[in-house]
Amino acid sequence: MRKSLESLLPSIDSVEAGLESVGYIPSRQISTALFLAVRLQKPILVEGPAGVGKTELAKATAEHLGLPLIRMQCYDGLDESKALYEWKYGKQLLYTQILKDKMGEELRAYDGMDGALDKLNEFDDLFFSERFLEPRPLLRSLREPGGAVLLIDEVDKADEEFEAFLLEILSDYQVTIPELGTVVAMVPPIVLLTSNATRDLGDAMKRRCLHLHIGYPDAKLEEKIVQTRLPHVEEHLRKELVSFVQQLRSMDLRKLPSVSETLDWARALILLHASHLEVDLVRDTLNVLLKFEQDMDAGNKHVLEFIEKAKTIAAY
Amino acid sequence: MNDVILRLLRAARGGGVRISTAEMLDAFEAVEAVGYDDRQVLRDSLTLTLAKTIEERASFEAVFDMYFRREALAGAAAPTAAESQQNAADMEGIESKLAQRLMQDDQAGVAAMMEAAGEAVGASNIRLFTQTNLFARRMLDRMGLPELEREITALRELGREEVAARLEASRKALGDQARAFMERQLTLFAAGATKELRENVLRNVKLSQLDRRDYQRMRGLVRDMALRIASRYARPKKVDIRGHLDIRRTLRRNMAHEAIPFRTVWKRKKLDKPKIVAICDVSGSVAQVARFLLMFLYALTDTLAGIKSYAFSSKLIEVSHILEGEDIDEAITKILNDVGFGSTNYGRALEIFSDTALRHVDRHTTVIILGDGRGNRNPPRTDLMKNLFDRAARVIWLNPEPNPLWGTGDSDIYKYMPYCHLVTSCNTVASLERVVDDILRSAQ
Repeated sequence: MRKSLESLLPSIDSVEAGLESVGYIPSRQISTALFLAVRLQKPILVEGPAGVGKTELAKATAEHLGLPLIRMQCYDGLDESKALYEWKYGKQLLYTQILKDKMGEELRAYDGMDGALDKLNEFDDLFFSERFLEPRPLLRSLREPGGAVLLIDEVDKADEEFEAFLLEILSDYQVTIPELGTVVAMVPPIVLLTSNATRDLGDAMKRRCLHLHIGYPDAKLEEKIVQTRLPHVEEHLRKELVSFVQQLRSMDLRKLPSVSETLDWARALILLHASHLEVDLVRDTLNVLLKFEQDMDAGNKHVLEFIEKAKTIAAY
Repeated sequence: MNDVILRLLRAARGGGVRISTAEMLDAFEAVEAVGYDDRQVLRDSLTLTLAKTIEERASFEAVFDMYFRREALAGAAAPTAAESQQNAADMEGIESKLAQRLMQDDQAGVAAMMEAAGEAVGASNIRLFTQTNLFARRMLDRMGLPELEREITALRELGREEVAARLEASRKALGDQARAFMERQLTLFAAGATKELRENVLRNVKLSQLDRRDYQRMRGLVRDMALRIASRYARPKKVDIRGHLDIRRTLRRNMAHEAIPFRTVWKRKKLDKPKIVAICDVSGSVAQVARFLLMFLYALTDTLAGIKSYAFSSKLIEVSHILEGEDIDEAITKILNDVGFGSTNYGRALEIFSDTALRHVDRHTTVIILGDGRGNRNPPRTDLMKNLFDRAARVIWLNPEPNPLWGTGDSDIYKYMPYCHLVTSCNTVASLERVVDDILRSAQ
């Protein structure tokens, strides 16, 4: 089955073209990573600052390949019952209550304790069957008949126990449910893990993954991204705003603006009918790009200088 | 081709990228999937499979670039037809392979010979800069330098001076190339070893004798150590005590099934984060150790419940706010300016501490005193020390002086010793790490 995925992505170039066709502009390295992930059946661990398109990559991959995207957000205290599967306890209880009389009748036919117990055992199997199983994201991704894109978001937020638990799934694409047996993936899903590096992941985890670091894009790539996402931004304004953001990134800020902020800003500028960057306009909208007060103060000081430079660059 | 990749991986290991055998296999699989055609793709693929952190990625890419860089060998322009004819005439009687290649200006051939010879003499085992000449010489011998030299002599005897001169010039160039080749091998394969060596030395160097130029590196080292310790102790705040049933909570949890205890709840122990009060002597040689101790502690703020720090020499002041607000180096300079001068007076410092700050010490507090205990024959005020000892969870005295010097001259360390849980000599980063690790462990 995975073969068909491989035929969908025969080369690195086709990965690149495919992602572009759904509006995600990848760098060469990103396409290489995705290509290898499919070939080697390895999960990709995507690291990078917030807003550079880590989650977006998973969405675009799913869209391009026509696979369902199954997303699991990690947080402190996430455990197996939330991530893998759970028994529908309420439903089980309700059914036993409803079927109480029925069961009583059935059991009455047996005189001895042994026979009744054997019969009861059969009920037990009845109540721990697929019918009462609530699959959570990990199990769902394994049971998807055509394969899936599994996005495990912010895996660094989960605790170490959970990370260890993930290892089995990520290396063998199978899990063991004591009552049912081992579930093996029909088609191994494409797994993307994202991390904001708030915590160092274990070596065992890193070893199993391809390690992709997405940084801030260079001016050329960023322009292309803005162009694809917001085609009605005029070329001149696009060049100016990208160059402005690039210059902001060279500063020592607490939170550097990332691609998503560039896009937000571009949208804001369109709404304000701007055709060029102007000092007042930039000052008023700087809060779209910068999220901390001290960053705003620092950024404000350089607005004039950055705009001048952006204009000369855009004029070329 | 596998050999090429294998050697690259070995070089990468030397460059500080940790690569396990399984990762090597992954790398080979990746290479198989993408092929060798596009160098950029090959580089990306290997980086993706091998590097696990941003730093590793940077060093791997550096190694990759260096490894596949082949300097064009210095040589003349392509020979003209007439020259080739002349060449053919000159070639007569030259038998050794090396000489033939040199005469024909066959740079690729010479480079290939050099690679082969380099491998044969184990060029990738080079470790020290001083070995470059030795290894280069061995490699040239292996390439057939002796024969070449014999041939040059023979040519001279035959009177073919011009050809001999040409070969002689090539031989010299070859020597330079060989040394350059070895230097590259050295940077490729020995960089990791040297860095490790340097850091090991730094770990154990006496802080009071630390060179200024090593500060930066040392700061990095301290930060790494602190990070490691922090991640070790940034673990759950509570643990179950197996075997001690928490009856109240068990009953409550099982209320739904008429308090029949299906689910048991054990009593839990709360793990305290240690609270630390650091009192540092900042006079003279002790200041250097104080600097790193404080750097260490402040890198650990997340793991600790709180740090209060005090600095003293003749008087004592609280310095927590200075250290929190500023870059640690600037802060230390400022502290040294404030209290760093004047003769040390331990008794006086303890007095001020007891008057102003004793309320911060409770039974959860670990008090770290850093100093050599040399109070210039002032009264040591051990009564105050006893008071502190009774209040605190632990009192640890770190003495930068080596053990044999304790108690000599004006040292009062033995007078304070009964009122400390631990007195230890501590003057390297490694020993600092041990102490801090110990503090965190004993808090659990």
